[in-house]
Amino acid sequence: MTDMAHAPEAHAAEAHAHAEEAFIWKYVFSKNHRVIGIQYYVTAMVMALVAGLLAMLIRLQLAWPQRDWGVLAKLFPMGYDVGGGFGVMRPEFYAMLFTMHGTIMVFFVLSTAPVSGFGNILIPLQAGARDMAFPFLNGLSYWTFFVGCVVILSSFFVGAGAAAGGWTAYPPLSALKGAVPGSETGQTFWIIGMVFFIASFTMGGLNFVTTIINLRTKGLTPLRMPMTLWAMFLVAVLGLLAFPALVAACLMLIFDRHFGTSFFLPTGLVLNNVPLLGPDGKTFLHQGGSPLLWQHLFWFLGHPEVYILMLPALGFTSDILVTFARKPLFGYKSMVGALWAIAGLSFIVWGHHMFVSGMNPYLGMAFAVGTILIAVPSAVKVFNWLATLRGARIRFNTPMLWAVGVVSLFISGGLSGVWLAQSAPDIQLHDTMFVAAHFHLIMAGAALFGVFGATSYWFPKMFGRMMNDTLGKAHFWFTFVTYYGTFFPMHYIGIAGHLRRIYDPYQYEFLKPLQPINQLITISALILGSSQILFFVNFFWSAFAGKKATENPWQANGLEWTTASPPPHGNWPGPIPEVHRWPYEYANPDFPKDHVMQHEPLTAAEMEVKAAEGPSRHEH
Amino acid sequence: MGRLQGLLFALATVALVVLATFYFTRPWLPPLKSDRIAIDHAIWLSLVVTGAVFILTNLLLAYFSWRYQDDGRTRAAYWHHNPRLEWSWTLVTALIMCTFLFKALNLWAAVNAEPPADAMLIEVTGQQFAWNVRYPGPDGMLGRTDHLLASQENPIGLDKSDPHAADDVLLLNQLYLPQDRAVRVQVRSMDVIHSFFLPNFRVKQDALPGMTVQIWFTPKETGDFEIACAEHCGLGHYRMRGQVHVVPVAQFDKALADAAVQ
Repeated sequence: MTDMAHAPEAHAAEAHAHAEEAFIWKYVFSKNHRVIGIQYYVTAMVMALVAGLLAMLIRLQLAWPQRDWGVLAKLFPMGYDVGGGFGVMRPEFYAMLFTMHGTIMVFFVLSTAPVSGFGNILIPLQAGARDMAFPFLNGLSYWTFFVGCVVILSSFFVGAGAAAGGWTAYPPLSALKGAVPGSETGQTFWIIGMVFFIASFTMGGLNFVTTIINLRTKGLTPLRMPMTLWAMFLVAVLGLLAFPALVAACLMLIFDRHFGTSFFLPTGLVLNNVPLLGPDGKTFLHQGGSPLLWQHLFWFLGHPEVYILMLPALGFTSDILVTFARKPLFGYKSMVGALWAIAGLSFIVWGHHMFVSGMNPYLGMAFAVGTILIAVPSAVKVFNWLATLRGARIRFNTPMLWAVGVVSLFISGGLSGVWLAQSAPDIQLHDTMFVAAHFHLIMAGAALFGVFGATSYWFPKMFGRMMNDTLGKAHFWFTFVTYYGTFFPMHYIGIAGHLRRIYDPYQYEFLKPLQPINQLITISALILGSSQILFFVNFFWSAFAGKKATENPWQANGLEWTTASPPPHGNWPGPIPEVHRWPYEYANPDFPKDHVMQHEPLTAAEMEVKAAEGPSRHEH
Repeated sequence: MGRLQGLLFALATVALVVLATFYFTRPWLPPLKSDRIAIDHAIWLSLVVTGAVFILTNLLLAYFSWRYQDDGRTRAAYWHHNPRLEWSWTLVTALIMCTFLFKALNLWAAVNAEPPADAMLIEVTGQQFAWNVRYPGPDGMLGRTDHLLASQENPIGLDKSDPHAADDVLLLNQLYLPQDRAVRVQVRSMDVIHSFFLPNFRVKQDALPGMTVQIWFTPKETGDFEIACAEHCGLGHYRMRGQVHVVPVAQFDKALADAAVQ
C-alpha cells in the first residue's frame, strides 16, 4: 500500500560498528540511548503484564464477588480463602490488587514506556544528537528504575502482602500498621520503590532537558521541533518540578510510620476502639499532623503526573497523524502553545482531586478555575487534529489506527473532565466509577494507545525491522472495541453511584441492579486483556524475524528517518544532518514529491521567497 | 485493504456515538431525595453541552477518516494554517468554559453557604467500619468528646461527666433525618479517612481524623435509603454501610427515641 519508490537506503551503518564490546557492556549496562530506551520499554511491558493481570482479577471480583474460584485459589493461595475447600477472594487481597494495579500502571508502565522508553529512543534521533547528553547518567537511571521495579514486585511476597492503601496511599491508612494488612512491610516497600522510581525519573529528566536544549543539530530551532520532541521536553520539566514533592512526602511518611513523627497524623487517633497512645501511656503517640498535607503533596505531583503520561502520546499522535495523512500538521504553533498551556496549568489544578476532602471550599473554587480552563488548550489540540485530517490522503497502516484511536479516546475521556472540573457535580461523581471511566479513557487509554502507535511507527528505529501490519491491525481492533466496551459503561454505573475500590458492591441495595453491567464490563476486559497476546507475539516475532526496514519506510520527514534502521552507534555514520525546515512539509504543491524532509536544503525558489519576506516572518 | 480500515473506523465511531448517546439519556442518577436539585441540573447541562461536542467531533472524525483516504493518485490539500479559524474555536471554547465556570462557582458557593439558623445538628463519626451517629438531644448541645476515653463501649469517647452529654442520642449505622428541615451534619473520623456518601441526597464529604467538617442539606422525601463509604478505608470498606431514614418532622422525635432504645 505504501510505495517505496524513493528509498535508496543501504545498511552501511553496520560497517560503522566500532571495536567489539563485551555483551554485558553493550546490551546490559549500556550507555547507548537506544539500548537504554529499549530496556526501559521492555521492562515497562513486563510490568504491564503484571498490572494487567491484577486488573483481570479485580474485574472477576466485581462481576462475581462471592464466587468460588478454585483454580485461582491454587494460583494465589494468599489471596483466596482456601480453608474448607472454597476459593473466595479475600477483601485485603482485593485492596492490594487495586493499589498495585494503579501504582504499577501509572508509574512503572505508563510513565516509563512513553517517556523513558521512547524519550530515550527518539530524543537524540529527532534532535540530531549522537546520544543523550549524559550517557552514564542515562544508564544509571535505567538501573535505578530496575531496582525500583524489583522492590515493587518483591513487595507482593513480604509479610502481609503488598501495599493496600490505594495508589494514592492516603494516610492514616497507609501510615498506621494496624489499619490495613498492606500497611505493614508492604507499604514500606511501596515507598522505597517509589523513591527509586523518582530518582530514576529525575536523572532521566535532567538528561532530556539538557539534550533538547543543548544538543539540537544546526538549524533545529525550537519552532522546527517535532511535536514529540516538544512533548518530551515539557514532560521532563514537569517531572523535575513535580516529583520532588512526592519524594518529600514519601520521606515524611516513612518518618510517621517508623520514627514516631506526626506529619500526616493528627491528635486523637483511635484504632479498633483503642486510642493509639505514646510511650507514657497517657497521651496520644501522634499529635498535630494533618492527613490533608499528604493529599496536597501527593496531588501536587499527581496531577502533573497524568500529563506526564499523556503529553508524549499527544506528541506521537501529532507526528503519526501527519505522516499517514500526508498533510502538514494544522496549527503547528497553536499545538506547541497548547502543550505549554496544558503543562503550565497542570500545576494549578491538583486540588480538583480534593473538592470533598475537607479542604477549604474557597480553595475548591480556585482549583475549579484552573481545571475548567485546561479544557481550552485540550480542545484546541482536538480541533487541530481534525483540521489536519480534513482534505488529507490517509493511509491506514497500524500506526495511523492507533493515532486516530488516541484522538477518539482524547475526545471521549476529555469531555467527562468538564463534568468533574465543576466542583458541585463532583460531589456526586467523586470516588465513583465515573472517575475510573474518565481517567482510564483519557490518561491510561490515550497513553497506552500512544505507546502502541509509537511502537509500530518507530519499530524500524528500535529493531531495524517492521512490525507485522495484519497482526497489528487485528490487535488494534480487538483493543479499540474492548477498551471502549470496558471503560465506557463505567460512566453509567458511576453516575448511578457505583463506588471505586469496593470489594463487593452488591452489599449495597442501590448497586445490586448494576451487576449485569459489571459482568459485561468484565467480559470485555477479559477479551481486552487476552488480545494483548497479539501484541506480544507481533513484538517479539517482528523484533527477530520481521521484514527488514528501510531507512524511511513511512516516507516521513523527521531527522530520525535520515539514518539507517536501526541507527548505528552515534546515530549517523557521517556528519549529523542539518535542519532547514519544519518536520511537517507534506503535499506542498511546489515540490515534485509529496514530502520534503527536514534536512533537505531550501530550493532556490524558497530562498528567494525567504529573502523577500525578511527574517521576521515565521519560517516553515 | 487500505480503504476498508478507514470505513471500519468510521463505522465504529458512529456506533460509539449512537450507543453512548442512547445510554447517556437513561436515568442513571439515584432518585433525588434532597434539595440539591441544582447538582442534577449541572450534571444534565454538562451532559447536553459535552454530548453535543462529543457527537460533533466524533462525526467529523468518522467522516474525515472515511472520506479522505489515500487514492494513490492525488495529493492532500496543502492547508495547515488559518488564524481566523484557530482564534474562533479557541475563543468559542473559552467562552463556553467560562459559562461553565460561572455556573459552577455559583453553585459551589450555594452548596457551601452557611446553614439556616434552625438547621438540626447531627454528628456523624466514621470508624473502621461503621458510622456513629449522634444527636444533641433536648438541650440542643452535643456533649464533649475526648478520644482518650474511647473504648469498645464508648467508641467516640463521649465524656459522660459533661452535662450536655447525658441526653445525647447515639445510633450506629442508622441516620434519622427530618423531612423538609435543614440538617447540618458534622463529619468526623476516629481513625482513617472515610467518606460520608448519601447517593440519593447528592451528599459526599470525606471524614478526616483530627478535623470536623460541617455540611448541610434538606431532605425532601420520606423513605429508607443508604449511607455508603466512598473512600477506601481498609478491608471492611465495602461493608461500611448505613441506613438513612427520612421521617416527617412530626414523627421525628418518636422515631429517634424508638431507634435509640433498640
